[in-house]
Amino acid sequence: MKNHSKNGKQKAKRSQQFYSLVKKEFFHIFRDPKTLIILLGMPVVQIIIFGFALTNEVKNSRMGVLDQAQDASTQALISQIDASQYFEITRYLNSYSEIEQEFRTGTIKLALVLPQNFDADLQHFNKAQAQLIADASDPNVANTLINYASAIILDFQERITANSSLPYTIHTETRMLYNPQLQGAYSFVPGVMAMVLMLVCTMMTAITIVREKELGTMEILLVSPVKPLKIIIAKAVPYLLLSMLNIASILLLSVFVLQVPINGSLLLLSAASILFTITSLSLGLLISTATDSQQTAMFISLTGLFLPTVMLSGFMFPIENMPLPLQVISNLVPAKWFYDIVKAVMIKGAGWQVIWQETLVLTGMTIVFMGLSIKNFKIRLS
Amino acid sequence: MRTLKFLLQKEFRQIFRNKAILRIIFVMPLMQLLVLPWAADYEMKNIRLTIVDHDHSLGSQQLINKINSSGYFLLYAYSPSYQQAVTTLDQDQADIILEIPNGFERDMVKENETTTLIAVNAINGMKAGLGNAYLQSVIRDYNNQVRTEWIQPARFSPQKVIEVTASNWYNPLQNYKDFMVPGILVVLVTMVGSFLASLNIVKEKEIGTIEQINVTPVKKYHFILAKLLPFWVLGLFVLSLGLLIAWLFYGIVPVGNLVVLYVYAAVYLLAVLGLGLLLSTYSENQQQAMLLSFFLIMVFILMSGLYTSIESMPLWAQYLTKINPVSYFIQVIRIVILKGSSLADISQQLVITAGFALLLNAWAILNYKKRS
Repeated sequence: MKNHSKNGKQKAKRSQQFYSLVKKEFFHIFRDPKTLIILLGMPVVQIIIFGFALTNEVKNSRMGVLDQAQDASTQALISQIDASQYFEITRYLNSYSEIEQEFRTGTIKLALVLPQNFDADLQHFNKAQAQLIADASDPNVANTLINYASAIILDFQERITANSSLPYTIHTETRMLYNPQLQGAYSFVPGVMAMVLMLVCTMMTAITIVREKELGTMEILLVSPVKPLKIIIAKAVPYLLLSMLNIASILLLSVFVLQVPINGSLLLLSAASILFTITSLSLGLLISTATDSQQTAMFISLTGLFLPTVMLSGFMFPIENMPLPLQVISNLVPAKWFYDIVKAVMIKGAGWQVIWQETLVLTGMTIVFMGLSIKNFKIRLS
Repeated sequence: MRTLKFLLQKEFRQIFRNKAILRIIFVMPLMQLLVLPWAADYEMKNIRLTIVDHDHSLGSQQLINKINSSGYFLLYAYSPSYQQAVTTLDQDQADIILEIPNGFERDMVKENETTTLIAVNAINGMKAGLGNAYLQSVIRDYNNQVRTEWIQPARFSPQKVIEVTASNWYNPLQNYKDFMVPGILVVLVTMVGSFLASLNIVKEKEIGTIEQINVTPVKKYHFILAKLLPFWVLGLFVLSLGLLIAWLFYGIVPVGNLVVLYVYAAVYLLAVLGLGLLLSTYSENQQQAMLLSFFLIMVFILMSGLYTSIESMPLWAQYLTKINPVSYFIQVIRIVILKGSSLADISQQLVITAGFALLLNAWAILNYKKRS
């Protein structure tokens, strides 16, 4: 009986300890309002800028035309291209060397060359030539532009033969699922969410422990009877609360400003977001325990995470196109899993049964990061 | 001048004393330069396809074979119904559904027309557009094949055809790495320069040593120069190493003159270091400096035209790129390496970047004086 109450007292004392540790960390944060404003304002500004500006769509690409025929057919074709939302014909050229000149200064990305007897060939032989020349220094844009331009030319071709209906025709009807208007924001907003949350959260905690090391206050913590696990969790709790504010502002902005709907369960999406910030916060803690100066910690968390997160999470470049070793490496990027979750829940309206694997992976990563942080921390203790 | 020499000695020693960060400065960026460019391939090869074949005829089988041998598509599954096929899209196992209707072959012969249905996961609009275009072109090819086989050869083609040929200049093999490697290099040089500079000064502030320097007869501009020069050298060193890697591992040999590139990079680094300096005069501790420079650099990099083309951005964002030093370096390094532009070709970018360098450094020095 006596023993029991002693245990209870100890338990109470321990939770008191933990509580004061958390309080101390909160004071640290609130004492520095400038940092607090940056931490809360940064995601808001980034989501707005990136959400609106980043897109893989090709719109209004500047195009030049070298029209050697200048007859009714070529004019009709050119105006059809100009009328599409993909192209804007900004230059009428007179020679091939002018194409080169325009490419060099970057004023156009694609040139259409129509030979002299275009109309005559079309009328008499039912066959005419058109040449597309792309500035392929960016192969991606070049490919897309050539594809779009070819499709418009094909359209034009079908229109001028519309009257003589062809035998054995296979028509195609296309349905664009999940994103019928083909809005760029639908793929970029989930990606930007994953990227901003990941980087901001990792950075928040990356310097917390190493700063104490650098300032010498770590020694005091180490001689106190508090368990390493508690110290580490106490460090993460205030940042978790800050991150939840960030999640809320990001979701509000996505829906009301960027007009990306939440088709699935808001609860599920929020829960997944919280899990993901915990993963990122623990990664930050791991970096913090593994380094010995703030400079190193921050340099690793930014230079080391920024590019891999952008390039390997799947939102800029599709992972299935990458060479196999990179596909394997991309599995180590937490943002990749979260990006899949957000796309599934937010846009496809999927439920738990679709995202449980991703959730499991993120949970596993969190446990590993936390475990390693504690291990690193213990080493210093001995 | 002697003061500057001693100060520089001090700074270099401080940098080289910290082996850990030195290693990170070089190893991490270079590792990324070796790994990340491979990720940037947008060529569509493995579009995963679910087929719903209601017809089960020779014709539908031929069409499916044609699709399989086109090289763009990976057949994920056959599905008995459209509804079931959609779940493969829902669960992200497939990208596109092709539904071949019952009576596909019969209609084609008897009615002279038939309609297939293509359903695309369109979350990524560009991927969806390309996938759809590829599938349609394969179907069209098959259609043409059917016509030539079934129709008695006419005197000439019954359909007016515009033959489109396409050629790619500057990068005929469509090597995406030629485009990405220089861009990634710019990012790495920028991050190394700006982060380190912004951290370095504020660190002296945080641990109080800056007071000591302020009470010595060291002139402000000496102090600032001594802070900038080491990182300027480091930045150019990272650039050189990166160019070496680009040549050794990716076989990228600049078409243009390296001198042009270095002249520009030298000026550019001054601008980036000036930015770091400016941020550190505004921040009280390393965390603030880091967060601020991270925030700006992230915006600069993602809006630089490195990943997404600037002309597709909304107009306000395009104006934003005009005050973004990174976007100028991305342009310069790409046109110098791929198109061989001369100093005259990049003079505009050079002048603007020099303007940034002057402005940012002057601002930083003014702000620094005010606080001491």
